[in-house]
Amino acid sequence: MMEKMIFGRYVPADSVIHRMDPRSKLIIIFLFVCIVFIANNAWTYGALVIYTFLMLGLSKVPMRFVFGGLKLVFILILFTFFLHVFLTKEGPVIFELGWFKVYEEGLRQGIFISLRFFLLILMTSILTLTTTPIAITDGLESLLGPLKKVKFPVHELALMMSIALRFIPTLMEETDKIMKAQSARGVDFSSGPVKDRVKAVIPLLIPLFVSSFKRAEELATAMEARGYRGGEGRTRYRQLSWGAADTFMILLLAALTVLLIVLRT
Amino acid sequence: MKKSLVQLDDISFKYDTEGDYALRHVSIDIYEGEWLAIVGHNGSGKSTMAKLLNGLNFPQEGSITVDSLALSEDTVWDIRDKIGMVFQNPDNQFVGTTVQDDVAFGLENHGIPRDDMIKRVQQALESVKMEQFLDQEPHHLSGGQKQRVAIAGVLALRPDIIVLDEATSMLDPRGREEVLETVRILKKDHKMTVISITHDLEEAAKADRIIVMNKGELYKQGTPEEIFQLDEELVSLGLDIPFPVKMSKMLKALDIPVTKYHLSEEELVADIWTSHSKM
Repeated sequence: MMEKMIFGRYVPADSVIHRMDPRSKLIIIFLFVCIVFIANNAWTYGALVIYTFLMLGLSKVPMRFVFGGLKLVFILILFTFFLHVFLTKEGPVIFELGWFKVYEEGLRQGIFISLRFFLLILMTSILTLTTTPIAITDGLESLLGPLKKVKFPVHELALMMSIALRFIPTLMEETDKIMKAQSARGVDFSSGPVKDRVKAVIPLLIPLFVSSFKRAEELATAMEARGYRGGEGRTRYRQLSWGAADTFMILLLAALTVLLIVLRT
Repeated sequence: MKKSLVQLDDISFKYDTEGDYALRHVSIDIYEGEWLAIVGHNGSGKSTMAKLLNGLNFPQEGSITVDSLALSEDTVWDIRDKIGMVFQNPDNQFVGTTVQDDVAFGLENHGIPRDDMIKRVQQALESVKMEQFLDQEPHHLSGGQKQRVAIAGVLALRPDIIVLDEATSMLDPRGREEVLETVRILKKDHKMTVISITHDLEEAAKADRIIVMNKGELYKQGTPEEIFQLDEELVSLGLDIPFPVKMSKMLKALDIPVTKYHLSEEELVADIWTSHSKM
């Protein structure tokens, strides 16, 4: 089930991007999402495309991983493209077939918006493909650190995320086991009308919920027995380190931003 | 000569949700450096006792003293430093995303500096022979390996006492042997006090002393030899006698000269094949 999803799938490799601090990657993604909206002509979009593919190249993630996992997203991008082509009615007509007309502005908008969409997805995929989920969690915790001053439970949130990540495979295994157990008792998960199939999920979900609550309780006891008493006074085993590459990448993004502002019309 | 490390004095305990007492007037001394097995049928109160020791629950009556520190709301964290616990389900006590993160979890909680932490994690994993699995994720480990990581997590904190709360009951025979062997070595090398709570009498047979619990009361205590003399009484408490003991008893009934009820197969075999030469 998990194998087909690109999101949250880490591809181990030794690359500049892999070695970067998760904090700098998160900052870059955040800024990238903002500056994508500066682009408004072929030059600026060209710069963004070059930048994104440069990052992709540096990450050393095989292309088939990236594009294989994005098949579903491509359908969505195509849909966005056609939506713009069909619905924008500005500028001169460039193509006509009976009642159906394609306007220049529509084509332009369609290309740009779907390109924007595509670049955003690609950049976030680079993040998740080159960073372990736990590193992302650590990065987020560190970046959100200042929010502790306004009593935002940053540590608790990060711990919740890391425990959730830790239990995904465990719960997957359990789901599989329950599914088999229920199949042995005559529940049919794979055929019949949709209504029946949805109903068949109930005997799967209820045991899963019950056992998850039991797990949660036991985990809490175990954590307490090992001296967990909140984030106060805790030290950290995993450490983040900001290197020269991180500063350089941020500066590169800043340069791109300046370029975009200069080139935009 | 034996120094008493933990004293339970006239303990009674009742869960909020249940009408009956889970433990009634139990008094036990636990000595330094011993391996104590607490056995009993389901609902005999043995697991409740483990939770009381660590201050996860507090008794309604009686007092608990650990290393001359009386257990109360104020001292509970100090006492938890002295007692490490390993629980039944290997998955539900694995907090970290990898083996080393999990061992470090307890150390992080105690605010140990990072350099020290790295050393301690390495040492603890070496003592349970899991050092080559440093970056492994829990779902790639067997139950026995996960329990050994849990033991490493406890060891890294250097407690005086380790409590195994049914820690082997969900493991296959090989995993069980792995875990018990690890504990045996640790007890020898680190002079730790081991309290194993179990319903497996084969496991209890290896302890220095056994306490039998029944319906929340202390039923009997003594060395494994003494306890297994009880024989039918243990069966009536819902406990299963180890095979070598059963075998010795049956042989005796057939007038075959066995000197005593043997706890291990090797002892029994040795006794039988040497029985003629003694005459």
